[in-house]
Amino acid sequence: MIIEHPLLGPRDSAEFTYMGDARLIDRPDASSETAARDFYEYGYLRENPAGWHDELWFHEAGDRSWLVVTRNTLTHEISKVEMARDVARSRGRSK
Amino acid sequence: MSQVNRLSGGQIDTGQTLQFKFDGKSFTGHTGDTLASALLANGVRLMGRSFKYHRPRGALTAGSEEPNALVELRSGARQEPNTRATTTELFDGLLANSQNKLGSLKFDLLSINDRFSNFLSAGFYYKTFMWPAAFWEKVYEPIIRNAAGLGSLSLQDDPDVYDKGFLHCDLLIIGAGPAGLAAALTAGRAGADVILADEDFRMGGRLNSETFALGDHSGADWADATVAELAALPNVRLMARTTVIGAFDHGIYGAVERVSDHLPTPEANKPRQILWRIYTKRTVLAAGAIERPIAFENNDRPGIMLGSALRTYANRFAVAADKRVAIFTNNDDGHRTAADLHARGVKIAAVVDVRPDAPRSTDYEVLHGEVVNTKGRLGLTFAEVRLGDGSTRTLECGALGMSGGWNPNVHMTCHQRGRPTWNNDIAAFVPGGELPPGMSVAGAANGDLSTAGALTGGVAATTAALKELGFKTKKHTLPQTEDAPVNLTPYWYVEGCKRAWLDQQNDVTVKDVQLSHQEGFRSVEHLKRYTTLGMATDQGKTSNMGGLAIMAELAGKTIPEVGTTIFRPPYTPTAIGVLAGRHTGQDFHPKRLTPSHKWATEQGAVFVEVGNWLRAQWFPRAGETTWRQSVDREVLATRKSVGVCDVTTLGKIDVQGADAAAFLNKVYCNGFAKLAVGKTRYGLMLREDGIAMDDGTAGRLAEDHFVVTTTTANALPVYRHMEFVRQCLFPDMDVQLISTTEAWAQYAVAGPNSRKLLEKIVDQDISNDAFPFMACMNTTVCGGLRARLFRISFSGELAYEIAVPTAYGDALMRKIIEAGAEFDVTPYGTEALGVMRIEKGHAAGNELNGTTTALNLGMGRMVSKAKDSIGSKLSEREGLNTADALAQVGIKPIDPNDPVPAGAHLMKADGPVDAAHDQGYATSACFSPNLGHAIAIGFLKDGANRMGEKMRLVSPLTGVDVNVEIVSAHFIDPEGERLRA
Amino acid sequence: MHDLISTTALGGTEPQINTFPHVTITENDGVALASVAARMGHEKACHAALKKLLGAVPGPGRAQLHDPEAGFWMGPDQWMIGAPKASHELLADTLKDLLGDAASVTEQSGAWVCFDITGPAMPEMCERLCGVPIRQMQSGDAQRTVIHQLGCFVIRREADDHIRVFGPRASAATLHHALITAAKSVA
Repeated sequence: MIIEHPLLGPRDSAEFTYMGDARLIDRPDASSETAARDFYEYGYLRENPAGWHDELWFHEAGDRSWLVVTRNTLTHEISKVEMARDVARSRGRSK
Repeated sequence: MSQVNRLSGGQIDTGQTLQFKFDGKSFTGHTGDTLASALLANGVRLMGRSFKYHRPRGALTAGSEEPNALVELRSGARQEPNTRATTTELFDGLLANSQNKLGSLKFDLLSINDRFSNFLSAGFYYKTFMWPAAFWEKVYEPIIRNAAGLGSLSLQDDPDVYDKGFLHCDLLIIGAGPAGLAAALTAGRAGADVILADEDFRMGGRLNSETFALGDHSGADWADATVAELAALPNVRLMARTTVIGAFDHGIYGAVERVSDHLPTPEANKPRQILWRIYTKRTVLAAGAIERPIAFENNDRPGIMLGSALRTYANRFAVAADKRVAIFTNNDDGHRTAADLHARGVKIAAVVDVRPDAPRSTDYEVLHGEVVNTKGRLGLTFAEVRLGDGSTRTLECGALGMSGGWNPNVHMTCHQRGRPTWNNDIAAFVPGGELPPGMSVAGAANGDLSTAGALTGGVAATTAALKELGFKTKKHTLPQTEDAPVNLTPYWYVEGCKRAWLDQQNDVTVKDVQLSHQEGFRSVEHLKRYTTLGMATDQGKTSNMGGLAIMAELAGKTIPEVGTTIFRPPYTPTAIGVLAGRHTGQDFHPKRLTPSHKWATEQGAVFVEVGNWLRAQWFPRAGETTWRQSVDREVLATRKSVGVCDVTTLGKIDVQGADAAAFLNKVYCNGFAKLAVGKTRYGLMLREDGIAMDDGTAGRLAEDHFVVTTTTANALPVYRHMEFVRQCLFPDMDVQLISTTEAWAQYAVAGPNSRKLLEKIVDQDISNDAFPFMACMNTTVCGGLRARLFRISFSGELAYEIAVPTAYGDALMRKIIEAGAEFDVTPYGTEALGVMRIEKGHAAGNELNGTTTALNLGMGRMVSKAKDSIGSKLSEREGLNTADALAQVGIKPIDPNDPVPAGAHLMKADGPVDAAHDQGYATSACFSPNLGHAIAIGFLKDGANRMGEKMRLVSPLTGVDVNVEIVSAHFIDPEGERLRA
Repeated sequence: MHDLISTTALGGTEPQINTFPHVTITENDGVALASVAARMGHEKACHAALKKLLGAVPGPGRAQLHDPEAGFWMGPDQWMIGAPKASHELLADTLKDLLGDAASVTEQSGAWVCFDITGPAMPEMCERLCGVPIRQMQSGDAQRTVIHQLGCFVIRREADDHIRVFGPRASAATLHHALITAAKSVA
């Protein structure tokens, strides 16, 4: 596969390491009253869609950026690639 | 008898005569020949025996779709089985042998199978060898293994090398026939980066095999001129002898270039083949079409081949398959074969056409009818024809051309699960549905079976593709050429035939397909598995359609309703060696050498692979005959005086930034915010699920600068994890990471005399007051070389780790040995390192094994409740915190002579020994030279409260059953006085 | 002055040179390296300092071929700076002095082996080694890629037939072997 890196352009997926669901960005708030439940769901519950899926890919043999790749698991079509850091910020993550 | 069937002309160089041997007999051929064409030129039609019935077989085709003419090439280690004679480029000294025979090719003893064909029909092995069960391993399997298969392996290492390579282009054109050449001209002239790949050694495709002209030139001359023009363009890469084997995602194609297969042996240092990974923006598939045979009784005799193959042999290779040739056709193409052969002086016995309205000829007889049987034990002698009026005729002929229509080569269009669609006009599947993105198809592969259609199709597909890429193409005039319509009556097999071969490679007959249907195999994929139709090296390129047609007829469906099996890469058989490339033997994976490697080699160190690292395992000395002697000596010497060990392999990560401490607070379960500058702390990293991931130390060199170490094995995963935490979880933290594993040579100097030794090297005061336990600093050594010093200990002794830039690593090791001579400094390897850490009860990879928590490791209290860190929340889970949770303990044998092997399980001394009563297990074990007996550390339920308990350590699998006592895991210096000394 | 003698990445006292008919592989032991990563909120200051040092700030996939300091982009807001070792042994310290709180600086001299590959067969050789689009690369293009399973940087230098390869130093011998194998393969 070719992943269109937002900074580096088209790169072979062989340069990347795959980690799965980009929902892992949404790490729960440990101080919440429901933290135990939230972390359990965060750690263990995943969608496994046959179709479009937001995934985390690490450009290990490249610039060491984590990317959020929107990929169709049926066709391998990739519709969107974003810097995971930007996605994390847009979802309200900070320090 | 020399080249009795050789004609004149063709694209061979008769000036160059080549000697070759087939089954030990010498023949000659010419440059430009294939093995098959040269054999046919010499009157050799019999080239092999079939898979199951050992029927005599000759070449069916003149291309890579060949099912029959499979031979073993070369000898010795280079012997290669199942090579198609029809694509094997002849070279001087070529050695070929027929295969799949017992005895000689002409008198194959296993041809007895043919007599018992009633017992060997479809699915015979599922049915025949059922009973008695005990016979399977002892009787049936050896017999089948002996009889089955095609060629044999040399069982020697492949002496050749293979390369991998990477290419980038705007347009990849697959196939250099008329469509591909026209496409390449269009793209090449437009300035696009073009790769034109063709599996043949001569570009031109069917143009080399046909007689019709393109403008004023013959097809072959036009191809030559076009190739010459393309070769002169710097933006066009011509790749002959290159098979594109697969269309992968997003414009990545695999291609195998046969660099040296046409040579007796590859040139020195040159690869035999190259596996190219081609990145292309657009692809034009111009893979042509493959003619299909017609099934009739005994249609598999040597001499019976595709009509188009007869033309190829005659026109390209100047070979008449025989002096008398008959044709059996359902379309006009068969008549073209007859006309071409007649023009070359070959006697046409007759053209048998199934169509009553077939075109007539004044040059030869055209019969309306069907070939119903043939004769000739080792090669065709007669064909029996049933005429339209019901009468029969016997035709004397040594070759028979079959023309059943053409199948576009849709293979590559289906590599991403696309399915072809049916085209009634040519009665064949054509590319349809979803093609791989970026691919378009031109020429015969697209169902445009005329030469003119191929040329215009090639130009049109390329023009459209280049337009998408922003190239402007110029119009160029195409030569006038053949533009005959397809005139065909679908006809697959002769009514009433039984032993009429559909798949000659797997010996599948019309009857087998009927039987499979009768037995309920209705899916085309089931048909394939049950009958083996379309399997093996040719993947049914000439046979699948016939099977589908019969299946459709039996099921009362249309062929498109039945559908095709799935096409998968590779397009043609691909050597495993080329997939491995250079990554074999010593080069299977890279080696990482430590800075002291050269020095250690000089010391005679025994090395062990740790990941890709080569680490000194121990340093044998004269008189030591077992590894234990060396390791015991290294351990005792280190604990007594001082030892030195290369620990460069530990992962090192430089962590800087205003939020560096806050960041480490997140990735480590214990706290780092309050660590003073100039201090080092042990850190335990958890996974988010609360399981221990890795451990190491972090030294604070400045408020905003830490140096983190990881275990050797986890250097990369930990770095990846830390980047995840930094970028995805805490994107606004000011923290920067970079690996420095290889930037520093790092040595552990351990033992009571380690300070005295280092005082001779380090330029600063390192007394206990100035540089206490767990201190760290930037310093200099040997009079000014920048260095880092850490007072940390894995051995449990007074110990330091000292680091200098890698380039000085060799020199520093030599300096340490020199300076330590007065203390008998002893280099130690990973075994002694392991012994000392087990004696000290330090956890390592065996303990951080992906199932253990901080609590299990005896570090439960380290998980800070004051802060949120990765894994802290889920490590609080009830299930991980039960009263009987595993806890790290020491294990010692009650009889000091007993071993306490790692992996063995702990059981109560008086309880049952079974999985239900498992109490824990030993993780790391060694012989402790300090204690004089074996020791182990491991995990035991509620271990902290079971000190002194007598237990059994058992491993039923290896026969271990030892009485042991549970003790503290700190076998040596439990109070930690030595390391603080 | 200390009395320790450095070794090259290939373990010798002198760099190795391997000459083939159409390509030359030279171990380059003369480059001091340090990484620079902009501190958050100090990106502008970091860029300004780098621009002053190198003449321009290399963007993604680019190197600034400049004397005596040169640099290439490694990742978002992260660069590798190189300079002649003979004059810049303490490059990291110099850079830290220059950049102050604007950037994190890490010494990288010992972490890499550097090979210069020159000659007309360089592009063909490169095609046997890694997936960089060597024939499309322009002077100053810098790509991280994988050669024989090793993460490397390939930098297209000023001359059309010259690339510089930085690979992990501990695997210098493996990388060297892979380069020589490829050179012989295309010779």
